[in-house]
Amino acid sequence: MNLAQHGNLLQNLDYSVLQQCMHCGMCLPTCPTYDLTKLERHSPRGRIALMRAIADDKIEVTRTFGEEMYFCLGCLACKTACPAGVDYPHLFEMARAEVERTGVLNSPSRKLIRWSILSVLFSRQPLLHFFGRLLYLYEATGIQALLRKSGLMKWMPKRLRQMERLTPTIQRRFSHELIRPDETPAAPQFTVGLLTGCVQDMMYADVNRDTADVLLAAGCRVVTPRGQLCCGSLHAHNGELELAREFARKLVDQFNLDEVDAIITNAGGCGSHLRHYDRLLEDDPVYSKKAAIWSSKLKDIHEWLIEIKFDLQLQSAPIQSHRQRVTYHESCHLSHGQGIVKQPRRLLQSLPGLELVELPESNWCCGSAGVYNLTQPDTAAQLAERKLDHILETGCATVVTANPGCLLQLQKFAEGRSLKLEVLHPISIIASALRKPKAI
Amino acid sequence: MLNDLIHLLGNDRVLTRIEDLMVYSFDSTATLGQLPVVVVFPKTTFEVQAVMEWARTNRTPVVSRGSGTGLSGGSVPAAGGIVLCLSQFNRILELDRNNLTLLVEPGVTTQQIAEAAAGVGLFYPPDPGSMKISTIGGNVANNSGGLRGLKYGVTRDYVMGLEVVLADGTVTWLGSKCVKDVAGLSLKDLFVGSEGVLGVITKVLLKLVPKPAARETMLAVYNNLEQAAQTVSAIIAHPIIPCTLEFLDRTTIQCVEDYAKIGLPLDAEAILLIETDGHPIVIAEEIAAMEAIAIQNGALRVQRAKTEEERLSLAAARRTAFSALARRRPTTILEDVTVPRSELSKLVKFIQQTAQKHQVEVGTFGHFGDGNVHPTFLTNEKNKEEMHRVEEAMSEIFDFTIQLGGTITGEHGVGLAKKPYLPRQFDEGSMGLLRLIKNALDPENRLNPGKIFDPA
Repeated sequence: MNLAQHGNLLQNLDYSVLQQCMHCGMCLPTCPTYDLTKLERHSPRGRIALMRAIADDKIEVTRTFGEEMYFCLGCLACKTACPAGVDYPHLFEMARAEVERTGVLNSPSRKLIRWSILSVLFSRQPLLHFFGRLLYLYEATGIQALLRKSGLMKWMPKRLRQMERLTPTIQRRFSHELIRPDETPAAPQFTVGLLTGCVQDMMYADVNRDTADVLLAAGCRVVTPRGQLCCGSLHAHNGELELAREFARKLVDQFNLDEVDAIITNAGGCGSHLRHYDRLLEDDPVYSKKAAIWSSKLKDIHEWLIEIKFDLQLQSAPIQSHRQRVTYHESCHLSHGQGIVKQPRRLLQSLPGLELVELPESNWCCGSAGVYNLTQPDTAAQLAERKLDHILETGCATVVTANPGCLLQLQKFAEGRSLKLEVLHPISIIASALRKPKAI
Repeated sequence: MLNDLIHLLGNDRVLTRIEDLMVYSFDSTATLGQLPVVVVFPKTTFEVQAVMEWARTNRTPVVSRGSGTGLSGGSVPAAGGIVLCLSQFNRILELDRNNLTLLVEPGVTTQQIAEAAAGVGLFYPPDPGSMKISTIGGNVANNSGGLRGLKYGVTRDYVMGLEVVLADGTVTWLGSKCVKDVAGLSLKDLFVGSEGVLGVITKVLLKLVPKPAARETMLAVYNNLEQAAQTVSAIIAHPIIPCTLEFLDRTTIQCVEDYAKIGLPLDAEAILLIETDGHPIVIAEEIAAMEAIAIQNGALRVQRAKTEEERLSLAAARRTAFSALARRRPTTILEDVTVPRSELSKLVKFIQQTAQKHQVEVGTFGHFGDGNVHPTFLTNEKNKEEMHRVEEAMSEIFDFTIQLGGTITGEHGVGLAKKPYLPRQFDEGSMGLLRLIKNALDPENRLNPGKIFDPA
């Protein structure tokens, strides 16, 4: 891919998007990195000012600017806080793309890591699956446990230890082994396409199965195309817009858009990107129309279930939740990115026997933030601990969250503290209640 | 030269990279900006004093700031100067429940102060629109107002004592915990609203009051501005002093609703947001009386907030008015002209006519109960010709305000933005007095130079 031909991306932006920020500072108290450092550069207002300074030719794209763009979590809390309606997600993607275009952060090892992950690993499902199986073996055969016990770990560099700690737990069976390409309930009222994701597909294939089950219970025929690739959000959020476009085109082609009433995602981080295929592909002569239809049909699972009034069905169902007190951590890209705040809560509250306990700072980032916990492990860890403290305050033994990154982050950091904390997707709780109805 | 500062504060509290200077080159005021040469973050009075001494030795101007939410350019850096950022100097030092006072460092946010007070059943009333992030040091230096000024007054009314560092490095304490204190001249009052030109505030002793037992909030909807203004005058003349009497015009209503989505009436020309607090029996009477007054003065309808959640969302939405107006156009220029309340409807009418005359877009909202209006120009700084018309309109509004016995700034301060207009309001004597005081305290014009007025 080659972005060099496009010229400075921040200078090519519609300038009014940058001007929209009138630096009132309302975003500052909601920004996790500003909160940690109290430095203006680490705030949305500061970052936008830097982008504007680049657009105005007042400063160059420097290494410091590049580092700043990757210090930003991209949690989008500022988007929710901004009364002026600044399109920070767009600015942020463009700024990271500009950092990559100019190569200010380039080093041989960074290039190699980015290439192997973004261009190779996530581009080929068989390869990704193979990698997943290897990880599964590493965990299931006890090599990981042995390594952790052996004391060898402490000889590893700190950075590597931090990464090892976050090794995703891979499930024995992936989504295609759990979900048939076409599943139909007794009396289907809708047809939906189900997105199984890339990381989710291997780490949380059971959540995908749960999603299919809940959709079936809600009267939806579920179509799940095989061989789905990454949606490209990883690429778009990391400055690789051209690659992101390629992934988008491939994914769009896997679904029959006329046939489905909705395309369902259960991952907050992916949904926030999937929803905007229309903008991502707006200049694509072949795909712009399809992408517009895609975006109009793309629904988060909670959003869709509320739209088809599944909450009412739940309320009157002869079932009981297996968990009594549950707290809800909001995935940033679900709440800030997609504005889906009430729907997951409403579904949980509709499940008989479940009490939803509000989590303090429920929409404050847990530090997962895509691959942030790998690129900025220290900041990510501080945020995870802060989140766990709040979860403990609620006294709940179960926390739910609707994004694979958050699930992993909370699970791993809870393990790190030896906490008995159950971390689940909201849909899994509903699915398990539906599956094994408790006698009332 | 900067090594002394780094030696004093450490590397991470002395910033000189262009990427850091750039983000401290502005405050919340449109179109104003100036790069400093260095940004420092002292955390103690001693460190502030040491920075002041460094500045004196190196003949460097000093501009202090907190979160940079000012609306007059008051904390925009001076050319070649230091930014003294107090946001990390932010501990709450003492909550004295026997004397109902709170002692804090300047970087504590207004919100933290409100929460600290509420935590023990007390109340800190001043609530500027930016209270979630604005710092108390900035509030004191600008004598900030807010939505509750009508009944509770402004920041000045809650400042009992201050510690300040003067331009020559002297540290001094002004005021006391005493309810009555007339020793000497009222020096602390000299520093309240001084916009950083006389000294740096390093501690603030605040007065707290008992938390009101109950609140009632109502929304009155109008199809013309003057009826809303008349309602306000009638409420004051009744006389009732509610805690909040806020006004939003059509443009503002639309922008706020676009952001907050709380169901504001989009077809209304104006709304009044009225809140009364105190003893439940008293406020029940007051709200009923105000409801009747609103209807008598032409309100289309009146609705009361039914739940605490509804009440809070109305107040929170109002607080976003200024920023929400930025949705319309690239550049948002906010003014804060204030007139005696009896003159309110004349001013509002004049603003409308002036906007029409110059073909500029203006959204108006404000603290009508205080006679404090925020005509907000929605424009584009890149369009020179349009900006010229905006300036013409603004200038006429200032002149008319002064004619009505009003002031060019009710709560934002003069700073840079209103500096050219101050001599229109102040006579020679007042301007001379300003210069005398500045000259006595800061003869080398080191502190926030070029703000409010130019020394002779």
